[in-house]
Amino acid sequence: MEVEKYIASGILELYVAGLLTEEENLEVHENATQHIEIKEEILAIEAAIRELTQAVAPIYQKRKGFDDIKVRIGERKESKVIQLPKEKKSNLSTYIGWAAAVIFGAGLGWFYVQNDQLKSEIEIVNEQNEVLEQQIFEARGSLTNTEELLSSLRDKDVSVISLGGQEVSPDSYAKVYWNKEQKKVLIDAQGLPEPPDGMVYQVWSLKMDPLTPTSMGLLEDFASDDNKVFTLNNPNESEAFGITLEPDGGSEGPTMEQLYTLGAVSSS
Amino acid sequence: MDLDELVTRFQKKDVIAFEKLYEMYWENICGVINTVVRDKFLAEEIAQDVFTKIWNKSDSYSPSKGRFFTWVLNIARNAAIDKVRSKSYKNQQKNLSADYFVGILNRADVNEQPNETTIDTSALKKLVLNLKEKCLEIIEMLYFRGYTQKEASHELDIPLGTVKTRNRSCISKLRENITLEWK
Repeated sequence: MEVEKYIASGILELYVAGLLTEEENLEVHENATQHIEIKEEILAIEAAIRELTQAVAPIYQKRKGFDDIKVRIGERKESKVIQLPKEKKSNLSTYIGWAAAVIFGAGLGWFYVQNDQLKSEIEIVNEQNEVLEQQIFEARGSLTNTEELLSSLRDKDVSVISLGGQEVSPDSYAKVYWNKEQKKVLIDAQGLPEPPDGMVYQVWSLKMDPLTPTSMGLLEDFASDDNKVFTLNNPNESEAFGITLEPDGGSEGPTMEQLYTLGAVSSS
Repeated sequence: MDLDELVTRFQKKDVIAFEKLYEMYWENICGVINTVVRDKFLAEEIAQDVFTKIWNKSDSYSPSKGRFFTWVLNIARNAAIDKVRSKSYKNQQKNLSADYFVGILNRADVNEQPNETTIDTSALKKLVLNLKEKCLEIIEMLYFRGYTQKEASHELDIPLGTVKTRNRSCISKLRENITLEWK
């Protein structure tokens, strides 16, 4: 192919003008790929046409520019030119915005209430914990008491005397744990009925021959005592123990009609 | 980045590449459109439409079909001509004869209609210095109005082959002027 002749034919000018058929276009494209001179000629023609077309371009104070194109191709939201759709859009987004704000606010309130409830629940649980701690503390205390009681009952110097029920109350019973060394007795009065109002049990140390009762003391606050174990002093050489029901404050001597339990110390 | 790469990226919907091509060709396209419609604000509007269109149908361009500039030029030319042929435009009863360049050069540098010219005629005059009216006519027909070789031959009453060779010599003259201007 004679490149110069081809160029001189003027086909390349028509190529740039876009006036050739599809086949001719393809042919020129292929020739341009093969011959750099043809490619360069095409570029020169195009440059000349661009110079000319640019020279006849109107002069604008302000062009719409590429921002307008971006809006048109949906790459950018409308900013000012088209009013109506923008307002629609902004209204919708305003509603969505407010709705979101309301939902957010409501959510925030809900969380606040929830948080408050949780806090008060925590307080309640803390109080319950304190109560439980108190109970555990008390239980430990009562366990200590019980252990002390047990150890005092197990002491080798302690004599155990069973007091049986008498006429007024045959089912009643009691036990006396007597530590002669310490001159103390523990009265287990669990087998006695609760005394009526205004009355109190009184414990007596008895000598048999002749029968001499000596008051050892009262089982005070019988009803409110949990384990019904009472500690009394006993300096006497007792041969038997008896428990009678007496008016509040006790009596000088036992009322034998109200003798609930009685038991003799075994002679060992 | 060279033109081929820009076009490839543009076809892959790269907005940055598109913006570069837009800035590169906007004045050319607007100049062509304004030559046809002779209303600079209408020309701007059509130019924006044209660039929107090439973005939307970027797939349809292929280098084997011609130069990218030529592809955009064709779309712009068709859009401008469609507008001129539309009813609303015809009602404005504009003088649409293909003597725009000749007219510009013969007229004084006065803006007769506010929306019309406002182009830098001195630059144009330098560019087409020594180009005969025959050249201005044929260039306007082929590049600005999309006349086919046959239509131009008929309009100018010259043989078909002469259209090609005359156009070639006219463009060569134009190129000479550009080279002179740069020296």
